[in-house]
Amino acid sequence: MENRGIVVIGAGPTGLAAAVKLRRLGAEDVLVIERENETGGILRQCIHDGFGLERFGKSISGPEYAALLKSEAEELDIECLTGTSVLEISKDRTITAASPSGVVEIHAEAIIAAAGCRERSRGSIMIPGERPAGVYTAGTAQAYMNLYNRMPGRNAVILGSGDIGLIMARRLTLEGAKVSAVFELQDHPNGLERNIVQCLDDYSIPLYLSHTVTEIHGKDRIEGVTVSAVDGNLKPIEGTEKYYPCDTLILSVGLIPDNTILENAGVEIDPVTNGAVVDEHLMTSVPGIFSAGNMLHVHDLADFASAEAEAAAENAFLYASGKLDTGRNLSVVPGEGVSHTVPGRITGHGPFTVSLRVRKKERGKTVEVRQGGKILGYRFFPLVIPSQMISVDAEAAAGCENVEVIVR
Amino acid sequence: MKKIYTCIICPRSCELEADILPDGQVSVSGNGCPRGAEWIRNELSDPKRTIASSVLVEGGEKEIVSVRLSSPVPLRMIFPIMDEIRKVSVTAPVSIGDIIIRDVLSSGADVIATSSVLAKKE
Repeated sequence: MENRGIVVIGAGPTGLAAAVKLRRLGAEDVLVIERENETGGILRQCIHDGFGLERFGKSISGPEYAALLKSEAEELDIECLTGTSVLEISKDRTITAASPSGVVEIHAEAIIAAAGCRERSRGSIMIPGERPAGVYTAGTAQAYMNLYNRMPGRNAVILGSGDIGLIMARRLTLEGAKVSAVFELQDHPNGLERNIVQCLDDYSIPLYLSHTVTEIHGKDRIEGVTVSAVDGNLKPIEGTEKYYPCDTLILSVGLIPDNTILENAGVEIDPVTNGAVVDEHLMTSVPGIFSAGNMLHVHDLADFASAEAEAAAENAFLYASGKLDTGRNLSVVPGEGVSHTVPGRITGHGPFTVSLRVRKKERGKTVEVRQGGKILGYRFFPLVIPSQMISVDAEAAAGCENVEVIVR
Repeated sequence: MKKIYTCIICPRSCELEADILPDGQVSVSGNGCPRGAEWIRNELSDPKRTIASSVLVEGGEKEIVSVRLSSPVPLRMIFPIMDEIRKVSVTAPVSIGDIIIRDVLSSGADVIATSSVLAKKE
């Protein structure tokens, strides 16, 4: 067993930003553990631009963002164990990992869990039909094209309007494939408007809202899909079925963190985000284990995940120095119109910021953070949409009553 | 003729109404800042975009290197530029920021490498 200082799990936009911040704060022993053979995480395959406006003040591609973070980490002599998968974390912060040199056991003074998220697959949305080849998640198709130089297919249909699905619609089109249409179950697009315009409208790819794939056809390779319109309860409407021939179905139906490792360590998990329940210091219910980035809750921009990582780093540093005030334990509850909040609990010791997603698109709304009759913070939004994470600053909560966040 | 657009300059996502007058003038409303008006005028006359792709690498540890345009180009030039990108290959090593095609099709933009590829070890 090796005793180490602060261990960061994951070397993507969150993990690397956390490690860099820790060293800049003066943390002497920082170790990053990365499953892949290279650092960068999902950024390596996101070759489109639009990254870095917040952190680096310019619009760059994912690999460039990853390279800038990597060079910051190298300048600060941050040790990174690549090709190493964390298998288990115990409540006392002992990490068991499989590395190229065998199984290693590392005890950490503090841990920042920043392993990102996973894509929902065909299994998670249960599309009926046959099980042919040619059905990919958007990220898998993206890895094939951008990392391994392989075309997923020539004639694609895309289910789901998540950003990676939209980006892949453009990428496939530019590489000579036909993208017949994008279908979205909800009545609003899931991705950024910017991507609807630049990835679909520019190439005349139609987007059908309130539609879903109701059957997959094909024996060895996919040959087509049946698409149906859905009603207000998202149930397919009989008689609206339409057949689309295709050799590829790309699924961009949402991202979700996989927190099995933290759950096994005894960390409380939020059933809505599937991420850990954290306090305003981004500390989980197990003292000394912190979480940030897409492993905590799915972010809209890599830059925001990096910013959250810095906050986690500051608090993990304080914790490791014995200076973090862990305080009381008040719950922050999503109320009217709010789907989830981070943090899910607070110490009540100081001002805090709540990040949240709303349940539906609405205009001219105020998001309020309340404790009993008292308003701790509020912010007006000309427009709120579920696909955009928003935040509200609040002052310290008193007493022991729960805090509620509402849209009104 | 009136058309509704969502501004894509920033996440505020203003809904803009562009009134295109018979003389070609455009009057814009709904924009939260002057950038919105400028964006829509460009969008209506000659929209500009950047793209990313990849280029074949010979003798490298990887088959391809990711590339992008150094600055936006008119949307109508995207497919011709893709044809140029498809024609080229580079020899490893390639460094991030390397210019792969200078001033592609006289657009004023360079095709630049956005990652590095080391030479394959013998």
